[in-house]
Amino acid sequence: MSATALLVRDIRLAARAGGSMVLALAFFAAVATLVPFGVGADLALLARIAGGVLWVGAVLASLISLDRLFQADFEDGSLDLIALSPLSLETTAAAKIAAHWLTTGLPLTALSPLLALLFNLPPPAYQPLVVSLLLGTPCISALGSVGAALTMSVRRGGLILPLLVLPLLAPAVIFGAGAVLAALDGIASGALWLLAAFSLGAVLLSPFAAAAAVRLNLAG
Amino acid sequence: MVSLSAQNLACIRGGRLVFRHVSLRADTGEFVSIEGPNGAGKTSLLRMIAGFLKPQAGDVRIQSEDETISDAEERGKYIGWFAHQDAVKPQLSVLENLQFFAELYGVRGDVSAALETVGLARAASLPGQYLSAGQKKRLALARLVLAGRPLWLLDEPFAALDVAGRALAVSLIAEHCAAGGIALAATHEPLGLDGQRLSLAGA
Repeated sequence: MSATALLVRDIRLAARAGGSMVLALAFFAAVATLVPFGVGADLALLARIAGGVLWVGAVLASLISLDRLFQADFEDGSLDLIALSPLSLETTAAAKIAAHWLTTGLPLTALSPLLALLFNLPPPAYQPLVVSLLLGTPCISALGSVGAALTMSVRRGGLILPLLVLPLLAPAVIFGAGAVLAALDGIASGALWLLAAFSLGAVLLSPFAAAAAVRLNLAG
Repeated sequence: MVSLSAQNLACIRGGRLVFRHVSLRADTGEFVSIEGPNGAGKTSLLRMIAGFLKPQAGDVRIQSEDETISDAEERGKYIGWFAHQDAVKPQLSVLENLQFFAELYGVRGDVSAALETVGLARAASLPGQYLSAGQKKRLALARLVLAGRPLWLLDEPFAALDVAGRALAVSLIAEHCAAGGIALAATHEPLGLDGQRLSLAGA
């Protein structure tokens, strides 16, 4: 299957030395470690902001590698060859989103409980934190791919990308951090459901939007 | 067996007319060299035929035994692309680079044999970042052959290649045409192949 070939290659490129996977994880860890230093040793306060900080950290860490999602292939001519392959551009975008999530979103989610320790997060909140990141990080990769496809031909596109994508990710951060807070307060909330719905919509629609943006850039 | 026909193409780039009234017909086995000064639109013409660029006027058709295709993206499956950029990933080895494209294109050809053909067999496990510009071009040639597409579009096939590499490129193009394929090459230097010549004058 050609989609698998692209998926495997993108994962390989991200995981190899100089790839984006380790970089994203290190950035996430650095941000999450720095915040308790800045806030100080107020354990109650740290526990309350943990969800929000880890969510924002995960979003920013994912964004680091997103700008190269299409740009690297666009600059070296690979994207032309991929466009001429039997893969449709929609499937291409979907494979790239999946590879990006598997090499950033998923490892970030796996690292999050460890970092939550630094915030003195009470045990009942761990599960919503991990579940919310598991549900929410795919939409970071998905919506980010649209921004990445739009900015791939722009010099320093990496600086424009967050401006395009961050506002779109606001709902994910609100529901994701909200789910963690609700668990802290012991209230039942629908935040995880809303997050799942938002994420599902983003994952389903983004490949089409990203493919349209790729077409635009290949014609440029 | 395919044939390519382009009717009355016009191209506008950045608000400037690059060319117009360009028509071209190539039948199975034919070689076409596209000539013209810098900025005459050779690359744009190739990108138009490949379906990346939309022509401002005119249309491009590929006719095979059982279908006639004018849709730009449908055309893609007939096209073997050899461009300025070599599409070699520095982190992947030569073999991995080629294998990826073989899998992506769903071809079952022999990857190591293709590397042997272009003289890269001994560099198979070398990461792409250590290849010279000419070796990257050779890898691109291997990819072109392996993809097995009937219509080859080559942009400056001689760039960065040494004497032996040029001879290799010419013989591969000649073999491709002899086997019934079509090759279009945008070039400044004559490749020494018999065929049509299309001159873009430049606007």
